Amino acid sequence: MPAAEATEQSQGGASSVSYQGATKRYDDASAPAVDHLDLEVEAGEICVLVGPSGCGKTTSMRMVNRTVELTEGDILVGGESVKRKDGPRLRREIGYVIQQIGLFPHRTIAQNIATVPQLLGWDKDRIRARTAELLELVGIDPELSDRYPAQLSGGQQQRIGVARALAADPPVMLMDEPFGAIDPINRERLQNEFLRLQADIRKTILFVTHDIDEAIKMGDRIAIMHEHGKVEQYATPAEILMAPANEFVEDFVGADRALKRLSLMRVRDINLWKAPLARAGRPTSEVRAELDRPDVEVPYALLVDDRERPRGWLTARDLAGDTVPATADAPLGPVLETGDVMRDALADLLQGESMYAPVTDHNGAVVGILSVEIISEFLGSPEAKTDEHAAVERPRD
Amino acid sequence: MTSLAATPLAAVGEVGKGFIHERTGETLPCQARPNHLFCWDWATENIHRYGTPTLQQFELTVISVLIGFAIAFVLALLARRFRLLQWPLLAGTGILFAIPSVAFFLLLLPITGRGRETAIIALSAYTLQIIYRNVMQGLANVPESAKQAARGMGLTDRQILWKVELPLAIPEIIGGLRIATVSTVAIATLAVFAHAGGLGTQIYSEANLTFPTAIILAGGIAMLMALAFDVVFLTVQRFATPWRRVEAV
Repeated sequence: MPAAEATEQSQGGASSVSYQGATKRYDDASAPAVDHLDLEVEAGEICVLVGPSGCGKTTSMRMVNRTVELTEGDILVGGESVKRKDGPRLRREIGYVIQQIGLFPHRTIAQNIATVPQLLGWDKDRIRARTAELLELVGIDPELSDRYPAQLSGGQQQRIGVARALAADPPVMLMDEPFGAIDPINRERLQNEFLRLQADIRKTILFVTHDIDEAIKMGDRIAIMHEHGKVEQYATPAEILMAPANEFVEDFVGADRALKRLSLMRVRDINLWKAPLARAGRPTSEVRAELDRPDVEVPYALLVDDRERPRGWLTARDLAGDTVPATADAPLGPVLETGDVMRDALADLLQGESMYAPVTDHNGAVVGILSVEIISEFLGSPEAKTDEHAAVERPRD
Repeated sequence: MTSLAATPLAAVGEVGKGFIHERTGETLPCQARPNHLFCWDWATENIHRYGTPTLQQFELTVISVLIGFAIAFVLALLARRFRLLQWPLLAGTGILFAIPSVAFFLLLLPITGRGRETAIIALSAYTLQIIYRNVMQGLANVPESAKQAARGMGLTDRQILWKVELPLAIPEIIGGLRIATVSTVAIATLAVFAHAGGLGTQIYSEANLTFPTAIILAGGIAMLMALAFDVVFLTVQRFATPWRRVEAV
C-alpha cells in the first residue's frame, strides 16, 4: 500500500481529459442523455461546457468523477480510464465545486477544507499547513478558519468551496455552475479572482454553465452542446464569436455577438483618440490651436495635473481667459485604464452618460481618450466580424 | 381503558399496598380532614419510602429509551437504505404507539409474565414511533447540496451517513429522544400494572387512590424526573451542535 498512498497524496500539476464515445443512457429514457461524446480537454485549460438546459452538459461533466456512471464508452483522465478506480477513490483525486457550494454546515471552515486530505490520511500538520495556504490563495482571512459556514457571506462561502476542491491539489477540477447562485456584482469579482487563481495553479478545469457570457469570459475553449451532449462547436471564445459553426451556435451565442467580443478585448487593444492636454496656467491660445488640429479628434481639452493625471474637461468658458484655470468647468466623468475590459469600459461610458473618457496607464497618466464612437465604429467595421485582430488572449489580470 | 376498574386494580392492590396502612395507630390531623389535598407532615415523614419506586421509574425509563432508540435507529437506517420500507415502518411503529398503555401492559402479561421485562417491552415499543420519525426527519432535513458535495469529494456512502448526515440530524434525533424520554417517564407510572414497580405503585393502589398526598408526591417526582431529563438533553444538544449556536450573517 505505501506506493499507492504516495501517488494518492501528491498529484499536483494538471491532467488532460479525454472523452471517448462517452455515453449515458438512463433506464427510463428512450434517448440517451449523452450520446457518444468525443472531446479532448488539454491539461491546464479551462474547458467550458455550455448549452441550453437538458443538453447533457452536467451529465457529461459528472461522468468524469463517476457521480454519473458511464453506460458506454470511456473517459481518460491523464491517460487513465476513470473506470479503473472505484468511485470514491477516483473522486478524491478530482476537485468538485457545485453551484449550491455544499459546504458542511456542521464543520468549521478549516474542517471543510480538510475534508479530502483527511480522507487521504494526511497528518495534522500537513493539513493545517495546506489549509492556511489555501485560505491565502483564495483571499480569506485565516482568522475565519474556525468559523462555521453560516457565518460567512455567499462570496466567502464560494471561495471556501473552491479552496476545499483544491485541497488535495487535484490535477482536474469539475465546476458545475460555480458562480450561478452569486449576485451579479460578486459573480463578476469571483470570476476575475478565479481566473487570476487559475493563472497560477493551471489546473485542467471542466466548467459547466448555461450562460454564454460566462463561457466566453472563463473558457480557454468552449464546447457548445445542443442535445444528448452533441457538441456543435468546440473552439476558442474568439473563434466561436467570429465564426459560428452553424445556425444553432449563432443563435445560442446571440445576435449581439459582436458586442460580446468586447469582453475579449482590452482598452489598450483599440486605437484611442487624442485630446489636447492642458495644465493650469498654460496659454489658452495654444490649447485652442491644438483643438483645431486635424489629428485631434476630441473637441474638448482635458485639464491635467503636473503628472498628467486627468482633472476635468475644459469648456469654451474655461478657455475664454488667457490661461488655463486651475479647475475645470465640466466634471471629469469616467476614467478608464488601459487594462480594462472593453465591455466594462463601454458600460462605464454609458453609465456616466459620457461621450469621452480619458484612459490612463498604471501610473494614472493620460494616454488617450476612448469614445463611444470608437467602439461603435469598431463594432460596425468588417474587422469586428472577420479579422483575427481582436482575438487577443483572454483577460487574465 | 374500561378494564382499568375491573381487573387491574385488584391485581395491583397487593403490590402497591399504600403506605398509609403501614402507619400505626394515630392519624395525622391533616389526613383526618375530609377535603385535604396535600399533607405536608405525611409527605416529609414518608418521603424516604419513595426512593425505591423513583429508582425503578428511572431505570425503566432509561432502559426502555435506550432499547427503543437502538431499534428505531436501526429501523431508520434500514428505511434510508431501502426506501420502500419507509411507510410500512412508520405505520407499524404508529400502530404500536396507538395501543392504549394499560391495555398494552395487560396484553403482554400472559405472554411475558409479570415483571420488569414486560414493562420494558411496552415502554420501548412506545418510543419507537417518536424516535424513528425524528431520525427520519433529521436525515430528510440534511441539505441535498451537502450530500452531493460529500459524494463528489469521494466520501463513501457510509462516510456520508456518519460524517455528514447523522451529525446534521443530531438536533432532530435528540429532539426525538427528549419527547420519547419525557413521555416514557409518564407512561412508566403505569408499569405497575405489569408488576414492574415504579412510582405508579404510589398512585394506583387502592388506599392511595383516595389519598391525594401520595398521588401528588409520586406525580411530582415523575414530573421533576421528566424535567431533569429534558434539561440534560437540551444541554447535550447544545454541546453536540456548536454550529447551531453561531450567529449567521
